[in-house]
Amino acid sequence: MSEVIPVHTAAEVAPGDLPEGDNESGVLGYVIGLVLAGGLTAVSFYITRGSLFWRPSIPTALIVLAIAQMGVHLVFFLHITLGPDSTNNVLALAFGILIVFLIIAGSLWIMGNLNHNMLPMDQIMNMQR
Amino acid sequence: MNAAVAAVRNAGEMKRIAVGYGFWIFLLSDIVMFSCFFASYAVLVHATAGGQEARQLFDLDRVAIETACLLISSFTCGLASIASGRRSALLFHVSMTATLVLGAAFLSLEVAEFMSMVARNAGPTHSAFLSAFFALVGCHGVHVSIGLLWLVTMMAQVHAKGFREDVSRRILCFTLFWHALDIIWVALFTVVYLIGVAA
Repeated sequence: MSEVIPVHTAAEVAPGDLPEGDNESGVLGYVIGLVLAGGLTAVSFYITRGSLFWRPSIPTALIVLAIAQMGVHLVFFLHITLGPDSTNNVLALAFGILIVFLIIAGSLWIMGNLNHNMLPMDQIMNMQR
Repeated sequence: MNAAVAAVRNAGEMKRIAVGYGFWIFLLSDIVMFSCFFASYAVLVHATAGGQEARQLFDLDRVAIETACLLISSFTCGLASIASGRRSALLFHVSMTATLVLGAAFLSLEVAEFMSMVARNAGPTHSAFLSAFFALVGCHGVHVSIGLLWLVTMMAQVHAKGFREDVSRRILCFTLFWHALDIIWVALFTVVYLIGVAA
């Protein structure tokens, strides 16, 4: 009797696609993303060139701003949301971030440690005589 | 709508999700590869072999223009994906052309930067720092070049075949690729250029 077949049974959404076809709000999302990302970029360049801020704090501030801007890109351009229909996309992203963190932090840690514990080059030369 | 049509449409949707997800995995692995270049750059950044340092080499004005080009091109690429969702060929071609022009402007600025560095005796062979710099920034530049080729291909396919289902899946993958390049550029201009000049 009931021949109602749901057209949209997919419980997921492809990365980059807006959930449930809300194409009308699409342009607004991109505009918000452009304004936020442009603002964060402008702040990054401004604090680097200006003399307003305490110099040693600037690299940390720049990294925080960059991570914020990547978040803006992910949400407003790539449409990666925390909604139930993009769980797979978010899990893959989380795994990717874990690997990126391990590679960068691990390399810096190990190479910094080696650099710290290594004898200066002239002493190595002396030991080989 | 009868059941057969609904089933076909549903299969198309499932395929779009599978293709998009697969390409998302590829992009994440590409980002992992970039993180290796970033790690080697961060390790080697002070190994200048007595040559010029980051602060003396980088021109932040040029980097700001490059950043603006790539950010706006990401926006126009988003407009192209909306146009493809609405099956609007005119809006699609206009926004893809804007993306192409901005991407080409980015690439020509980057090539000009590389040429001027090589001319100032700061080529990739000069120090470990410069090798790592050219490898990292050059790898991003190669990605942008491939993206531009793909962009022209998509415009040609839409022109020849219209917004068929397979073509619009390729457009989805292209827009994901282009946005991911912009995310990598955010990390790049922060870590290489801004921190290089500030630190």
